[in-house]
Amino acid sequence: MTYSLSRKLALLATACGAFVAASTASAQSAAPAAAPTDAPRTAEVVADVSNERTVIAVPAFATPSAQVVAGLRTDNLGRQMADIIAANLERSGLYAPLGPSSVRGITMDEVTAPRYADWTARNADNVVHGFVRASSTGGLIVGCYLYDTVLGTELVRQGYEIQAGDWRRAAHKCSDAIYSRLSGEAPFFDSRVAYIAESGPKGNRIKRLAIMDSDGGNHRFITNGQALALSPRFSPDYKKIVYVSYLNNRVRVFIYDTVTEKQNLVTESSNTTFAPRWSPDGRKILFSMAVGGNTDIYVVPASGGTPTRLTSTPGIDVGGSFSPDGSKIVFESDRSGTQQLYVMNADGSDQRRISFGGGRYATPEWSPRGDLVAFTRLGGGNIRVGVMTPSGGGERLLTNSWQDEAPTWSPNGRVLQFFRTSAGRDGKSSLWQVDLTGVNLRRLPTPQDGSDPSWGPVQP
Amino acid sequence: MTMKKSTVALLAVAMLTVGACSKKAPADLPPPPAGTDTGSYDPNAGQNQVVPGSQADFVASVASDRIFFGFDQYNVDAEDQATLRSQAEWLQRNPAVRVILEGHADERGTRDYNIALGERRANAAKNFLVSLGISGSRIDVLSYGKERPAAIGSDENAYAQNRRAVTVVIAR
Repeated sequence: MTYSLSRKLALLATACGAFVAASTASAQSAAPAAAPTDAPRTAEVVADVSNERTVIAVPAFATPSAQVVAGLRTDNLGRQMADIIAANLERSGLYAPLGPSSVRGITMDEVTAPRYADWTARNADNVVHGFVRASSTGGLIVGCYLYDTVLGTELVRQGYEIQAGDWRRAAHKCSDAIYSRLSGEAPFFDSRVAYIAESGPKGNRIKRLAIMDSDGGNHRFITNGQALALSPRFSPDYKKIVYVSYLNNRVRVFIYDTVTEKQNLVTESSNTTFAPRWSPDGRKILFSMAVGGNTDIYVVPASGGTPTRLTSTPGIDVGGSFSPDGSKIVFESDRSGTQQLYVMNADGSDQRRISFGGGRYATPEWSPRGDLVAFTRLGGGNIRVGVMTPSGGGERLLTNSWQDEAPTWSPNGRVLQFFRTSAGRDGKSSLWQVDLTGVNLRRLPTPQDGSDPSWGPVQP
Repeated sequence: MTMKKSTVALLAVAMLTVGACSKKAPADLPPPPAGTDTGSYDPNAGQNQVVPGSQADFVASVASDRIFFGFDQYNVDAEDQATLRSQAEWLQRNPAVRVILEGHADERGTRDYNIALGERRANAAKNFLVSLGISGSRIDVLSYGKERPAAIGSDENAYAQNRRAVTVVIAR
């Protein structure tokens, strides 16, 4: 079975003597699959690790009776929410969920009194239970529970009272509670992604600003495709999106207000402005501006005002991403002759190069945890996504395809989304996700082709 | 290749014959601009009647509407200068015409850097036209980065055609 079960049983042996005899049998049967921890770090061992995922049963959420709330049937929602939770856990790469299509349903009584034997019989280390019912105010009440089937203990108990239209968010909140409890990591599923939806022939692509949940749900197009749209970023409060539009045959950064559905220029200028990013507090916007062919990085209050220039080399200084405390900026410059990564203070002082590996480095993004910078590396064949520390150490490449580009961090700094472009006359772009091991690589579902993903924070 | 200053007509002929030995010009030149190329060409382009001062007139009159660049380069070499001289002469004959100088990059780069690179290329072409006496106020720069490839293959021949600065007449 799984590595996590072996660890769990080891804990059991010291904590709960009464259960040791019964549990040892399953531990022995599990032993052959467990990877030796002192094995050399080869590709084979990495592959083994990826197979040792905690098995979690996720039966359809129960409902007292099939009720219709805002046109939605609670029994259908119970199944769909379990589907979302199972898909989230699977995509994280850490878990092997048994979703509602592969396990039996549960009754309301079982929600708080799970039949553990039924789930250990399915080799499930954990089981998720939940319910959906109508609230007295016309919304929904959702319960979310996680149990350890071996210890027979409750690990998570949460309830959400929501508007019916927010039922997906309840499933993401429940996924986050399960993921955080089992992994010890901060949550990330209840978050949104802004990206560019692509369609049409390669020589004349239609590119539209679009937004969706972190799993692709609740998809919505923002722009109609008449003007090229590029490189969107959600503001930290999700109320605005900064992006580049080719409206009126000019390249300019706009701030789109998701509430009023109006947009404003980030700065009034006759020059090309692009590559926008928010500061972590949402008060400032970094952008790049080309003046007479020379591109530098500027910062401007999000509410408007006079931009401050942060770089002044004759080369291309472009992009940029704030450290989570807002004190530093990692950016890209070809002042050395090729694209490389640099770190500077938020006021532009103390600019230092951090990338020294082979090839060129681009699109740096500082992790929300602060511990790593993600980047695109070019040169010598494939274009790949990787990470390094903010001082330039510990470089690791996480993907290896023809062209992987522009990583964006999950809110907890453990997963990256990026876009992958295929070669050739019919080359297309799609959104992908990979965790920091590089092993758990998944394509994200989008209605059309996709590029330029930008992952926002966990929703309040 | 060696190329002395000469008349535009001679240069145009010379370029046809020596183009193949250039170190960076594409092996086969892209077709004349079609509507799908940038979406900003004069709607009269390609029709039989050539309106003076139009994009069609421009393309028919100059050595080429575009110049090409090496990988990650933006220098205007002798061949490019000859092309731009022919463009400058046409612009001097059509003083009311304004143009957009589009800068483009190949697909094997990151999006934002390629926009910056397209800016460099378009400005290099603009600056050369200005040095020949064309007012900078008649030339708008528009970088497409890698967004609008002229050749859609993923090979060096296509990339060489896509690393370009294209002069486009603004339709009136």
